[in-house]
Amino acid sequence: MGEIQIITANTAAALAAKLCRVQVVSAYPITPQTPVTEELAEMVESGALKAEYLTVESEHSALASVVAASQVGARVFTATSANGLLYMHEMLHWAAGSRAPIVMACVNRGVGAPWTILNDQQDTVSQRDTGWIQLYCRNSQEVLDSVIQAYRIAEQVQIPIMVCYDGFILSHTSTPVDVPSQEEVDRFLPPLEDRSGIDGQTAMNINPLILSDPRPNANGVVMPGYMEFRYRLQQDILGSLDTIKAADKEFLDIFGRNWDGSTWTYRMEDAEHAMVSMGSLASECTLAADSLREEGLKVGVVGVRVYRPFPASEIVESLSGMKTVTFFEKDVSYGYQGALAMDARAAMYDCSSRPAISSYVVGLGGRDVRPDQLAKATLECTKGATKFCWLDVRS
Amino acid sequence: MATISVKQLPKTEHILPGTRSCAGCGLMLTYRHALKALDEGKTIVAVPASCMTVLHGVYPITPVKVVCINNPFAATGAAASGIVAGLNATGKTGYTVVAFAGDGGTYDIGIQALSGALERKVDFIYVCYDNEGYMNTGTQRSSASPLGAVTSTTPILAKLQHKKDMIRIVEAHDLPYIATGSPSFPFDLFDKVKFAKNVKGSRYIEVHAPCPPGWGFPNKDLVKMGKLAIEAGIHALFEIKEGRFSLTSRSLAIAKKGRKKTVADYIKGQTRFRKISPDHLAQLQDFTDKRWNELLERHFKDNP
Amino acid sequence: MSDNLSPIRTISTPAEGEAGKTGDWRSQTPKIDHGKCSQKDSCLLCWLYCPDGVISSSFPLEIDLTYCKGCGVCAEECPRKAIEMVDDK
Repeated sequence: MGEIQIITANTAAALAAKLCRVQVVSAYPITPQTPVTEELAEMVESGALKAEYLTVESEHSALASVVAASQVGARVFTATSANGLLYMHEMLHWAAGSRAPIVMACVNRGVGAPWTILNDQQDTVSQRDTGWIQLYCRNSQEVLDSVIQAYRIAEQVQIPIMVCYDGFILSHTSTPVDVPSQEEVDRFLPPLEDRSGIDGQTAMNINPLILSDPRPNANGVVMPGYMEFRYRLQQDILGSLDTIKAADKEFLDIFGRNWDGSTWTYRMEDAEHAMVSMGSLASECTLAADSLREEGLKVGVVGVRVYRPFPASEIVESLSGMKTVTFFEKDVSYGYQGALAMDARAAMYDCSSRPAISSYVVGLGGRDVRPDQLAKATLECTKGATKFCWLDVRS
Repeated sequence: MATISVKQLPKTEHILPGTRSCAGCGLMLTYRHALKALDEGKTIVAVPASCMTVLHGVYPITPVKVVCINNPFAATGAAASGIVAGLNATGKTGYTVVAFAGDGGTYDIGIQALSGALERKVDFIYVCYDNEGYMNTGTQRSSASPLGAVTSTTPILAKLQHKKDMIRIVEAHDLPYIATGSPSFPFDLFDKVKFAKNVKGSRYIEVHAPCPPGWGFPNKDLVKMGKLAIEAGIHALFEIKEGRFSLTSRSLAIAKKGRKKTVADYIKGQTRFRKISPDHLAQLQDFTDKRWNELLERHFKDNP
Repeated sequence: MSDNLSPIRTISTPAEGEAGKTGDWRSQTPKIDHGKCSQKDSCLLCWLYCPDGVISSSFPLEIDLTYCKGCGVCAEECPRKAIEMVDDK
């Protein structure tokens, strides 16, 4: 049985990594991720967690070292934020191409320049094309549970996973979290199957130079080219949506709770208008929806838990038939719009009854977003023409 | 026991013939003998983007009979750290982790990850094969390129700065074993890799690897060019065991008998020095003399 | 690892001739004069210095011309001038 502890999301992430019996941790400190690395370091030094802990000199090295440790058969963990994640960019692609089942806690923070240490989701959203699975959490319980689920998923599909949660809003805020027992986690997450092939005899060259076209091996068997490997990654990350949902279902059986697979809905049963968001902001949207309901407007919320692979059909299913849909997100693709809105709008194109879609960029660099602002913005979109704008930019 | 005869070297080859390396490649000769000093099944090599990537072959075939993990250019030291940690964590014992990076991957883009690994005292061997430039991408300047060398990014003026003293940077990390080597002195190289294999902690070996196309000399002169570098004192063979410095092999003999060759002798067979000015040549000679004299002084101080 | 037809990771396995028959690269071929090199007191410097390791260490010495790239180091280093580089037609 689990135990209720009053902890931050950072502690939840660290505890989850420990419960998953990670074997190698490598990380570099950056606000607001730092407590994750500190707490894991203490667990390793005290002997509570039997793991190798690498105090590397950069995030690039943090990810490089866990990729390599994973390649020789270890279950690995790292964590970062903002510019640290950006510094990993090359290694993010490398990790996915290596098909290393890494789990990384990404504590969302705005990126420089100029410096901010406060929350938005520009960091992880801008890394969406690196071949990683991205999970966005709405609270600390989901952070803990998602890290545990992430190992199971990553090791099944051999694709690395970012577990994303909002800096300070979740990372440094203490809330009650049901921390499961080791026995429960062990039942859900089997030990990592060693697929390294390292046996003291077999020679191999891992991640070599590869041609664009297939090439025969020494036995004349034609092996794939670069494009086939990349296609396989695409197929497998698309297919991982089912694995994510299945893992969440099985989680329910053991732990008595789950996180709705890829997207979750709130008061959408009879909704005519929808608000869509990711992370803790999506939770906040539920408060705005409640207040709009009080005003007689049938508003619901769709929370996107899995951003990559993009749960297009679930989103279309949820939003099809709405009169209006309003997106709120803490990121922007500079020169266009918010990334989530762009992706969802593209997914809605083939939908027979397309709603009017608006989107807001909100809360960059920690700018406070209140439920009444979300409600007011949603209300505006239910009345008039669709819009794309930034909320609360002050003159 | 030092290797003094060809007959003492293991005859087994760990690189199958028909590789992608250039004819007369200094790295190839270095790697061939370095692998003889290691245990084929129990060696894991970490390699950044470099000539070494090319040598290791195009998917799905490799000519090299060890486990090799390729890495992004800047990541070698970190990847080696991860390999060591992963092996420990999964109970895989008895492996030697060896990073093999060029001068670009060591002196330049890889220096941070290397420094991090050395500072953390990671239990591995780091071999830098120094061919004094970005040879794999077509002879661009690196911080290991010597003064006066024409490279494809110093095409008109030639390089205006001296080579970085990487050994001093490495030594600042207080390693149990540091050595230099040359493919032209395979016994010395073999012995050093073999010795390093049995040292615990971070070990660093830097090999001066002549590159016929990059330096502009005939393929057949590979071994001669490596020897000439030693004779002129451009490169010296030594090892530093727990801080104790000793010249080795031919450099030790030269220390006793004096140098007979000059920098001018060394550079005249290399087209990369075709534009060197008399002033730069004098500077390169001074730089070489100063460095050589420091090494001599240190050798005789530690080996009275 | 997964099967060859649909591997998810790029992992090469060892075989000779990775770059093909590299003997085709040669413009000159080493020819050994076995009269000048005998097993009794051979130095094996050609074997020692061959970058590609294509010279045998057993006698009579053989050069694997399928893969010899013709660099000429062996001929250059042979103290008895027992190896000559001959122009390929």
